[in-house]
Amino acid sequence: MLAILLTVLFDGLAYGMLLFLISIGLSVTMGMMGFVNLAHGAFAMFGGYVATTLMQRAGVPFLVTLPVAFALVALASIVVERLLYQRLYRRGPLDQVLFTVGLTFMSVAGITWFYGPSQQPVVLPAFLQGQVSLFGLEVGIFRLFLVAVGLLVAAAVVLGVERTRFGAKIRAAVDNPVMATGLGINVGGVFALTFAIGSGLAGLGGALGIQILGLTPAFPLKYLVLFLIVVSVGGLGSVGGALLAACVVGVIDMMTKYFLPEIGSFIIYAVMVALLMWRPHGLLGKKS
Amino acid sequence: MMKKAGLLAALALAGASLANVAVAADDPLRIGVIATFSGPYADYGRQFDAGIQLYLKEHDGKIAGKKVEVVKKDTAGPGPDAAKRFAQELIVRDKVNFITGLDFSPNAYAIAPIVTQAKIPTVVMNASSSAITTSSPYIARVSFTVQQDSAPMAQWMLKNGIKETYVVVADYASGTDAHNAFEKAFAAGGGKVVGSVRTPMNNPDFSAYVQRIKDEKPQSVFFFFPSGVMPPAFLKAWKERGLDEAGIKLFATGEATDDSYLQATGDVALGLITSHHYSYAHPSELNKKFVKNFYAAFGKEMRPSYFAVSAYDGMAAIAGALEKTKGDVSGDKVMEALKGLKLESPRGPIEIDAATRDIVQTVYIRKVEKVDGELVNVEFDKFERVKDPAKEAQ
Repeated sequence: MLAILLTVLFDGLAYGMLLFLISIGLSVTMGMMGFVNLAHGAFAMFGGYVATTLMQRAGVPFLVTLPVAFALVALASIVVERLLYQRLYRRGPLDQVLFTVGLTFMSVAGITWFYGPSQQPVVLPAFLQGQVSLFGLEVGIFRLFLVAVGLLVAAAVVLGVERTRFGAKIRAAVDNPVMATGLGINVGGVFALTFAIGSGLAGLGGALGIQILGLTPAFPLKYLVLFLIVVSVGGLGSVGGALLAACVVGVIDMMTKYFLPEIGSFIIYAVMVALLMWRPHGLLGKKS
Repeated sequence: MMKKAGLLAALALAGASLANVAVAADDPLRIGVIATFSGPYADYGRQFDAGIQLYLKEHDGKIAGKKVEVVKKDTAGPGPDAAKRFAQELIVRDKVNFITGLDFSPNAYAIAPIVTQAKIPTVVMNASSSAITTSSPYIARVSFTVQQDSAPMAQWMLKNGIKETYVVVADYASGTDAHNAFEKAFAAGGGKVVGSVRTPMNNPDFSAYVQRIKDEKPQSVFFFFPSGVMPPAFLKAWKERGLDEAGIKLFATGEATDDSYLQATGDVALGLITSHHYSYAHPSELNKKFVKNFYAAFGKEMRPSYFAVSAYDGMAAIAGALEKTKGDVSGDKVMEALKGLKLESPRGPIEIDAATRDIVQTVYIRKVEKVDGELVNVEFDKFERVKDPAKEAQ
């Protein structure tokens, strides 16, 4: 029984890590920059398509596609941010929502045009397939890899925001943009770079997620709800909160599907409602 | 000036209607196709269209000596309201003689009252919910029913010494149909369903369900998912968790290894045994010709799937019926002619049941193998003249 419990727990954590990787960028843009970016899933999808295209057309190894997906999506997002998003920073949330939802639909149609509507195949390298025995527990190697990458990214983001000069600039720019500009911080540049890192992480998550979430043009709409749950339950702008929320969502999802398969798909939403009633600003969110 | 323009317009209209009368003798045959041509299920419409175009190409664009005009309407997925509106438009504005296509069952149900009222013969090219043909006397089906493909799998498993199974289906109408038909046939032959689960439609990760199965150690598992994203996800989890090594046998319906998606599904599908009415590797001469012409017309990018073959057969059925009525397109006569119509399809012999207007066909048992570096469903056993079990029971 304990072995089963631990296996399910581990699977849930791995799933949670994947959700964290994709959602962290959304948490950053929504929480720190105050921008409601519902097109976030489109950046994750873009990362996924970068990875499959490189693997299928150019025979690039899976592990190499991951940093490329991160970099390309980050670059593309800078272009989009400078061209489009920055015009909407000062607008109300409704404008931002309408704009980004429109952008999502355009990305869905665009990808369908180029790649067709069907599922993209992905074959993991042999060393990431199968299971391995870890302290007597059978765990999937790829899931282990996901957990490792998730923890690494979480650590990097936390340290980056808390301990680096750039992190201090972000916090300053968010807290008081006027004052920050007065101190000589290029607020526009800081926002653009922050946005790019967030989108790049979504791209990385999209590339890592093909194996588990699949990849079709419907991706950004299909999983948007999950990403929003992670961000809202975690608390806007809180890296630790997003990590915690993603793990909670992942573990509860796996547990209920295993032990209560009849109602498993529904419980996650009930948990979200309960958590938000208990802590309206999210698990680790600050009261604003 | 205004008066003159009005007069000219009136004259032009009169001329146009005269022209209409003049060509009425060789009016084209108008066929309305209601299907999905955009969005995540656009592949269905592409396959339908390819099957229809191929049939027309092979017959000089004519059926019963008349030029065929195809009018396509896009529901962009399951959309009963849109389907109903399109059926009305096709009948009232485009004056179609037939309605066909119909990939999703809710869409087929939605248009039933309309085609009944207008007496427009309707040929279902995919929608596989059993009661569609009972919902209107003007509907016939050339595809399959979910029950028709599911029950033979149960019979075959029993015949091959499998007495115990665990059922996994997607939680929607067809999943329930497959579950019930399978369980009924399995229990009738002395088998026992030891457990079952209905998974949500929007479920990306099957690892929890598969882990549960692994821990319960049933002798075998039967699953039904709609074509597309779910079967590969399930098969991946199955391989990753090593259920083959645990000695659990896996069976499914042919949706799991749909020819449209099989290459993309990859090696995780190897060895899977499924029951279905069409494999593009069906070894008949007629099918070889069908596949060859299909590739010649549309390129090798897309394999003909059971959607394409149903569309092709749908056109053949319309032609067969009009041959019997000698070109008369009135609803009642066409429906009479469709009843009992026998055709040699690329999938094998098919027949439209005279009593139910539903299809009677061979259901094959197939195994996924690699042939010339390609994954295909190789047929190795079959059940002949299978009728829809749901209607047989009544």
